[in-house]
Amino acid sequence: MSDHARDAGYDDFLDAVEAGEPYYLESPSGNGWLPPREVDPETGERELVETDLPETGEVLTYTITNVAGPSFADDTPYVVAIAEFGPVRITGQIRGMDHDDVEVGQTVELSVGRNETAEERVVVFEPV
Amino acid sequence: MSVPIAGVGMTPFGQHEELTARQLFAEAALEAFEDAGLAPTDVEEVFYGNFMGEFAEQQGHSGPLAADMAGVTAPATRVESACASSGAAVRFGVNRVRSGGADVVLVGGAERMTNISTAEGTAALAAAADALWEIKQGITFPGAYSLMAQRYFHEHGGGREDLAHVAVKNHSNAVENDLAQFQRAIDVDDVLEAPTVCSPFGLYDCSPMSDGASAALLVSKAYAEEHGLDPEVAITGTGQSSDRLALADRVSMTHTPAAEQAGETAFAEAGIEPDDIDVAEVHDCFTIAEVLALEALGFYEQGEAIHAATNDETTIDGDLPVNLSGGLKAKGHPVGATGGAQVSEMTKLLRGDHVNSDAVSDAEVGITHNAGGTVASCVVNVLEVIA
Repeated sequence: MSDHARDAGYDDFLDAVEAGEPYYLESPSGNGWLPPREVDPETGERELVETDLPETGEVLTYTITNVAGPSFADDTPYVVAIAEFGPVRITGQIRGMDHDDVEVGQTVELSVGRNETAEERVVVFEPV
Repeated sequence: MSVPIAGVGMTPFGQHEELTARQLFAEAALEAFEDAGLAPTDVEEVFYGNFMGEFAEQQGHSGPLAADMAGVTAPATRVESACASSGAAVRFGVNRVRSGGADVVLVGGAERMTNISTAEGTAALAAAADALWEIKQGITFPGAYSLMAQRYFHEHGGGREDLAHVAVKNHSNAVENDLAQFQRAIDVDDVLEAPTVCSPFGLYDCSPMSDGASAALLVSKAYAEEHGLDPEVAITGTGQSSDRLALADRVSMTHTPAAEQAGETAFAEAGIEPDDIDVAEVHDCFTIAEVLALEALGFYEQGEAIHAATNDETTIDGDLPVNLSGGLKAKGHPVGATGGAQVSEMTKLLRGDHVNSDAVSDAEVGITHNAGGTVASCVVNVLEVIA
């Protein structure tokens, strides 16, 4: 891990994924959000509770990125996707499968990896 | 309440080697003063759009700087809403005049982008996304819109060829526009065979990195009458709305509620319906963005605008010509200048002094749609002929 200040909520979430205990924040209405959140933006509810994230998610959309910024320059091509885990949607990178085989609807599980360029942590989806 | 546009100005968009954003804005503003018959000393307030000045020029606090370069000493504020920065600046100016707080407001924006590398520019533009949940995952600006396009194809059908027709149309519109970055026609094969930036987008699905500036002078009706100005076009409705920054946090990835809401507000203020619009300039930063804009503004049902350009409905001879300036795609996209440039180009289209005005010679009502990020910000302005 590179030497940088932690981002509360975000780094806590990645720690939890690495520990095998990923969670999301659930409001009384059942809406789910990634941290940090103090308020459910849909309802205004303040009582957000850490809740276990479903173990698998479904890819809703993806893109194979060939042109990246400096932080990911050595990582191209890579696949960015949005996957739905119960009430939460998460953006991450699909790894562990051929890029050409990625499809909407692919079932994935969550992990944490590093990008090659900057050795920073990234959210990773792997096929189930 | 309508707010007359006394004058507009715009630099050519493209690569302006050595020219700083401050110089570009001065050029656009001085053209607007000449167009209006007003002087810098007449201005009572300035709203200046700029997005990535810190990245490209290590320059923040650029409102007073831009005003000073235009010879204006009035209070000046930078407005930053990513690629909707100068659309928002226009709206702030409209509301400032409406409030009675100022009679003459200079609005617009500038951006310098080609002095940094493509990789640096890609990183700067990505800052319009969520820094934690998107940028750290490697999302780029084209990548975010690619995610929307891929999902759109999944939900509604259509494909790359439909998007290619958007690019072909906007390039065609720009051929005679000397202010446009690409005065060059392309065909569908050019788009489909171009190098992939991020699937499903090739190079021609993406607007370019550009340098440029735009400006407009907004005045109160009373001021215009008192000073013998004769503005032909006014802003009669303006709307702005916001959404969650991260695409994953949205209700849908295939429509843009912020644009819907901004459009509804602008239409209501102007007292018109989408059917009343004769000509549109929409934010086609990527080909799919034009599709989403046309649906959000109520010109098409969701899932139907993908075929609009293919069916020649939005081409120069279509029922609703869209992006006669060339759009962001071919006119260029100096991000902080774009919303103001849409207003400048639309003003000329409606006045009859745009190179493509003849195509819409009877047009009386136009709309501009300016989006920031993946439409977490949107500003819609309705312009009407008043003279």
